[in-house]
Amino acid sequence: MSTGEALVSAEKIIKSFLGLRVLDGVDFSVRPGEIHALLGENGAGKSTLIKILTGVHQPDGGTIRLRGTPVTVRDTGHAQELGVGTVYQEVNLLPNLSVAENLFIGRQPMRWGLVHRSEMEKRAKALLAQYDIDIDVSADLGRFSVAVQQLVAIARAVDLSGSVLILDEPTASLDRAEVETLFAILRRLRDRGMGIVFITHFLDQVYALCDRITVLRNGKLVGTREAAELPQVELVSMMLGRALAEATHGAEAERRSAPPSSGKRIEFSHYGRARSVAPFDLSIGAGEVVGVAGLLGSGRTETARLLFGLDAPDSGSLTIDGKPAKVLSPRAAVQLGFALCPEDRKTDGIVGDLSVRENIALALQARRGWLRRMPSREQAELADRFVKALDIRTSDIEKPVKFLSGGNQQKVVLARWLATNPRLLILDEPTRGIDVGAHAEIIALINRLCEEGLSLVVISSEIEEITAYSTRIRILRDREHRGELTGAEISPDNIMRAIAAQASASNEGASA
Amino acid sequence: MSNRLLPFYATLLIAVVAYGLCVMQFPNMFSTRVLGNLLTDNAFLGIAAVGMTFVIISGGIDLSVGSVIAFTGVLIAVLVGWYGFHPLVAFAIALLLSTLFGAGMGAIIHYLDVPAFIVTLAGMFLARGLSFVITTDSIPIGHEFYSTIQSLYWRMPGGGRLTVIGGLMLVVFLGGIVLAHFTRFGSYVYALGGNRQSAELMGVPVARTTVLIYALSGFLSGLAGVVFSIYTSAGYPLSAVGVELDTIAAVVIGGTLLTGGTGYVAGTLVGVAIQGIIQTYIVFDGTLSSWWTKIVVGILLFAFIALQRVLVLVSSRKAGALAPA
Repeated sequence: MSTGEALVSAEKIIKSFLGLRVLDGVDFSVRPGEIHALLGENGAGKSTLIKILTGVHQPDGGTIRLRGTPVTVRDTGHAQELGVGTVYQEVNLLPNLSVAENLFIGRQPMRWGLVHRSEMEKRAKALLAQYDIDIDVSADLGRFSVAVQQLVAIARAVDLSGSVLILDEPTASLDRAEVETLFAILRRLRDRGMGIVFITHFLDQVYALCDRITVLRNGKLVGTREAAELPQVELVSMMLGRALAEATHGAEAERRSAPPSSGKRIEFSHYGRARSVAPFDLSIGAGEVVGVAGLLGSGRTETARLLFGLDAPDSGSLTIDGKPAKVLSPRAAVQLGFALCPEDRKTDGIVGDLSVRENIALALQARRGWLRRMPSREQAELADRFVKALDIRTSDIEKPVKFLSGGNQQKVVLARWLATNPRLLILDEPTRGIDVGAHAEIIALINRLCEEGLSLVVISSEIEEITAYSTRIRILRDREHRGELTGAEISPDNIMRAIAAQASASNEGASA
Repeated sequence: MSNRLLPFYATLLIAVVAYGLCVMQFPNMFSTRVLGNLLTDNAFLGIAAVGMTFVIISGGIDLSVGSVIAFTGVLIAVLVGWYGFHPLVAFAIALLLSTLFGAGMGAIIHYLDVPAFIVTLAGMFLARGLSFVITTDSIPIGHEFYSTIQSLYWRMPGGGRLTVIGGLMLVVFLGGIVLAHFTRFGSYVYALGGNRQSAELMGVPVARTTVLIYALSGFLSGLAGVVFSIYTSAGYPLSAVGVELDTIAAVVIGGTLLTGGTGYVAGTLVGVAIQGIIQTYIVFDGTLSSWWTKIVVGILLFAFIALQRVLVLVSSRKAGALAPA
C-alpha cells in the first residue's frame, strides 16, 4: 500500500446505517496530481465514502490518513481546515444568501471587525471570472440558474481546498460548454499537484478527464485501475458486477414467444420530457415484460416517473387499446389501471408506521375515494389473501411494515398494487436490497403475473435477472432510449455490449 | 431577489399610508412629540423584537420573551427595593441571568434536538413561574437613579423628547442591522434559516450559532425588561403577558419569513412603528377601545402571511421550472 505518496487515503473503511452495512472494508486513495474517478451504481456507497472522508459521518471501522498520518475528521469545518474541499451531490449552497456570501461564508474579509462587503464582492467577482461567469455577486444565489449555482459551488470548493477536491456528480446540470470550462479548470488544478476525486455516471467524461478509476459495488471495493488500461466494456462489467467471460452460459433460456399483439395494447408514442427523457415510443401488450437496462442516470427512473404520471410529459401521446388517454398525475394513472413500485421503497413505497393490512389496502382505498372507507373486515380479508398469495412473512397483518425485512416490504408494496387489479405494472429495481431467497420469489412472481396477462415494465441494474424474465429489453443511455433487444438477442452479454458499445460510440463523438 | 424585499416595501408603504391617513384626520399627529412618545412607549417591544428577528430569521421561535421581561423587571425591583443594590448592578445581574437563560435554551434546542417551540414554551412557563415565586405583588422602584434617567431626554426640533429608553431602542436597532448584515455571525444566522443541513456542510458552526442566537434573544429580552422597569418604575410578575406574540407580529409584519432565511431588522422597526401608530391613533381618537390595536394587527398579520405564501409559491414555481427532474 503506497500510503506514503497519497494525499488522502482511506483504509478498510466500514460503515453501517441501521444495521445495514453500506461500506464494507473499502480502500481508496488520492495521489497528488491525479483525477480519480469514483464509480458505482446507486447504493454502491460512493456518497457515504465521500461523507466519511469529509467528516459528515464517522466510520465504524478503518483509518483515514492524510499524507500518511492517521486523522479523525471531526466535521465538515475540520475537513476544510485539512484542505479537503467538497461539492456534495444534494446541492449544496444557500439560495437565500448572496453569491459572494455563499463563496466566502465563514471566511469573509474583515475590516474594523466588520465584514468588508465591497472587498468580498470584488474577490467573488475575480474568483468567478476564472470560470467565465460574470454575474451580480451581491444578488441572491437563488436567482440564478441551477448551472450557475453548481459552478458557484464548484468555485467555492476549489477555492477552499488546499490539496484535495471532491466533486460528487458536478456535471449533472451543466451543458457541454460549461463542462469543458470545468474540465479545463480541473486539469489546471491537477497540474498544480492537487488530488481530485470525481464522481459521475457519464462514462465518456470519466475517460475524457480521469487518470485512475475506482469502482464500488454494494459497499465493496471492486477495484482501482488506471483509466488508460481499462476498456469501457470491462468498466461496465465491473460496475454491473458480472464478468464477461462467464456470460456465455444459459443465454438460450426459453424465450416467451411474442404475444398475440394488436388490440389490447398500451402505446406510448413520442413520449418525452425536457431535461428528463428524450422522446421515445413504447408499446406493451398483455403478458409482455419489457425490461429496462442502462447505467445509473441513463433515464431509467425518469422513464418510470413519466409512464406513471409523476412527471407530466411535454411531448407525445398515449393510447390504450387504441383509445387516446392522458396520464398527467399518479391519480389518473391509477384510474387507468397503472401501478408503480418505486425504486426507493423506504421513502416512496411503504408507510412504515402503518400495519401490513393498512399498507396493502392503501391503493385500493385511494381509488375508491376517501368517502367510501373500506371496512376493516374487508381490508383484513384482502391482506390475508395477499399475505398467503405472495407468501409475505409477518407474524400478523397488524404489524407495522417497518419491522418487516426488505423483501417482505417489497411484497407488501406489490400486494398493494396487485389489489387494484392493474393492467400495467411498473417495477423500479424490484429486487434491490433484498436477500437471495426473496429475490428468487420476486422473479417467480413477475413470471407468474406475466402469464396471467399483466403488462410489466421492469427496471433493473441486475442484468442476469432482467434477462431471466423479459420479453424485450430496452437499452437506455444518456437519457435516451437507444435500442431494443428481442427474442434470441437477449443475453447478459448483448445487454452489456449494447450499453458499452454506445458508450464508446458517444465517447468518440465527444472527443472528435 | 426583488421578491425578497417586497414584504418589506409593502410594510413600509402601509406604515407611510397609515401615518398619512392619521395625519389627515389629526394634523397634530405630525409632530416630533408624537414621534418621541411613540419611541418611548414602544421601546421595550422594539428591543425584544430585534432579538426575535434573529431567532425567526434562523428558522426558530422564542416564546419566552414576555416572561423574561417580567422576570427581569421583578428581579430588578427586588434587588433595588429590598436588598438596596444600585440599579446598574441590578441591571448587570438581570442581563447576565437572562442571557444565560437564553443560551441554555439554545443549547437544549441544538444538542437535544428539541423543537424551539417546545423549549421556549417551557422557558416561558419557567420564567413566569419564577417571577411569581419571588413576589406576587407589584413592587415599586423609588431609586433616585430611576428618576434621573427618566428625566433625561434630548429635545428634538419641534419639541419632541427623545428619552433614554427611546434612544436605546434606536441604538439596539442600529446594532441589530450591523450584526445581521456586517458580521459573520449575521451571515450564519441567515444560513441556518436558509437550510440548516447545507449550512452545516458549508462549515457554518451550527451549534455555536444556535446557542448565540438564543443567548442574544435572552439578552435583548432582559434589556427590554430593564427598559420596561424604567418605563413603569415597578416590577410586576403579571406584566408583559403576551409580549412575545406582539414581537412575533412586528417581525412578521416587518417582512421576515416565519420559515426563516429572509428578513430585515429594519423591517421589524417598521412593524413596531405600525403597531405604535395604531395605538397613537386610538389615543387621539379617544372613543375607540384600545383593543382595536389587536384587531388591526390581526388583520395585518393575515394579510402578510398570505402575501408571503403567494411569494413563496411564485418563487418555488420558478425554481421548479429550472430544476432538472
